[in-house]
Amino acid sequence: MASFASNPLYARRRRADVVAKTLAYAATAFGLGWLVLILGILLYNGIGGLSLDVFTHDTPPPGSDGGLQNAIVGSLMMTILAVVIGTPIGILAGTYMAEYGRHGRLSQIVRFINDILLSAPSIVVGLFVYQIMVAPMGHFSGYAGAVSLAVLVIPVVVRTTEDMLNLVPDTMREAAASIGLPRAHMIVRIAYRAASAGIVTGVLLAIARVSGETAPLLFTALNNQFFSVNMNAPMPSLPVVIFQFALSPYEEWQRLAWTGALLITVTVLVLSILARSLTARK
Amino acid sequence: MSEVALNDRALGTTKSTSRAAVLQRLRLTDNIFLGLTRGAALLVLAILSGVILALVIGSLPALKTFGFAFVYTEVWNPVTEQFGALAPIYGTVVTSVIAMLIAVPVGIMVAFFLTELCPKMLRRPIAIAIELLAGIPSIIYGIWGLFVFAPFLQKYVQPFLIDTFGNVPGLSSVFEGPPYGIGILTAGLILAIMVLPFITAISRDVFDAVPPVLKEAAYGLGCTKWEVFRNVILPYTRVGVIGGVMLGLGRALGETMAVTFVIGNAHKISASILQPGTTISAAIANEFTEAVSDLYTSSLTALGLILFVITFFVLAAARYMLLRLQKQGGK
Repeated sequence: MASFASNPLYARRRRADVVAKTLAYAATAFGLGWLVLILGILLYNGIGGLSLDVFTHDTPPPGSDGGLQNAIVGSLMMTILAVVIGTPIGILAGTYMAEYGRHGRLSQIVRFINDILLSAPSIVVGLFVYQIMVAPMGHFSGYAGAVSLAVLVIPVVVRTTEDMLNLVPDTMREAAASIGLPRAHMIVRIAYRAASAGIVTGVLLAIARVSGETAPLLFTALNNQFFSVNMNAPMPSLPVVIFQFALSPYEEWQRLAWTGALLITVTVLVLSILARSLTARK
Repeated sequence: MSEVALNDRALGTTKSTSRAAVLQRLRLTDNIFLGLTRGAALLVLAILSGVILALVIGSLPALKTFGFAFVYTEVWNPVTEQFGALAPIYGTVVTSVIAMLIAVPVGIMVAFFLTELCPKMLRRPIAIAIELLAGIPSIIYGIWGLFVFAPFLQKYVQPFLIDTFGNVPGLSSVFEGPPYGIGILTAGLILAIMVLPFITAISRDVFDAVPPVLKEAAYGLGCTKWEVFRNVILPYTRVGVIGGVMLGLGRALGETMAVTFVIGNAHKISASILQPGTTISAAIANEFTEAVSDLYTSSLTALGLILFVITFFVLAAARYMLLRLQKQGGK
């Protein structure tokens, strides 16, 4: 044994191993450190401004106190509409790929394209919706904002729906077919039910994804300093208000930006943890 | 409808003609459902084509005016309506390169830790924590970068870099100039934190897929953990890791809000990474609503088109590699 330890080759190999392991530990600590740092500072800066006023007052003019009510309402309305538009399309497209053409040409192409849309820069989606909605209509609107968010919802839902339907055992489909159940009924009553938790997870992940999105809203929904539920007009949203307020020189605005940032982060993290626990239980 | 068809009693009491009608209707709903799902699948294709088409049409005026020179012109002057994309392209590439230089080794080492070193009990919590980094919206990185990270860099890191490398030939121009805090380096560092979880997640998945037999054989020969990782796991999963890296690169290239906060939005190319610059996405986010003339708007759309084309090929390459790995795995 002693001769092993004193052999320079073994010593060198062991040293390399120790160095590499240390680096791996350091890398992990580095990653976790950022998470703690970001969340910690967010909490520290955001919690002070958190009060009921945030939810009951509109965004203030520079130099005075106020809240984020109009931005929160705007964000909620656009997110809900985006989910209402995007979810059915996403589920149906995912259904086609998993149930009808699992290995077909169309499914392969759609799967590839969908994966690209999933990671495509969201600002490009904003440009797209600007071209097809804002420019022809002549004005910014909450509808345009919702459509651009829907374009981001669809690929997330498509992906999870397909994955989850693929997990449903084929024996269940065969059992349904053997008693003469038509395919559409089999999908709706058997496959959807078996994959329901997974599909809901996909929708939750999609909501988490879009609720922090800023770039596609900048020039579709724009912003609005006042309370407005008219989706045919410019609409405020939490992320865009944070963007505007954080870059402003006014202290009140910056404080509200931090509070808004905290609200968004908590929402997103709660949604993703919820989504995770739904599928983990299955 | 299906209740009738499936119900024996109902079948027994109804006439055979109504049975045919029910079956007819079932076939119809079946076809309608198939049509709906296929239509939705086609809509996904239509969205991508629509994005490309809209960007091309939107950028036509700029491309007609400036021609191909748009891509390699540095001037960006809204007053004289002279636009060129070189500075944003340069900024996008340099920030992404900085991000990848940091995120790739760190991300792979975290995956090494998670698959080979970490106690089983801690694996899931740590993996989830790293993935939460990916869930944090980019605007949060932006506001954090602007108010916390940039001042920190300005005060401590950048003066150190300037003092250390300022007199080294070759590096002096890279680390030149007053410490602004914001700039290319800051944006690159924030991007590194943002793409780290993507690289880790995919690397971990492909490392996990290595057949235990291969690892055990190497351990049986007396290899250390690092040697097993370096000589067995990494070569076996190379394609998948590169796919994950490309996916991260795609994210870094297109990332908008976090960069917009800290890049400084200066349309110039400087050798120093401590200077402010701009990226394609930051330029669009900052200027699009302020662009008054059609040519200005069109030039920004053309920037978007360039960004989309670049990320499209990067992401397509990433997917292609990951698909190849899947097939290799016998699936």
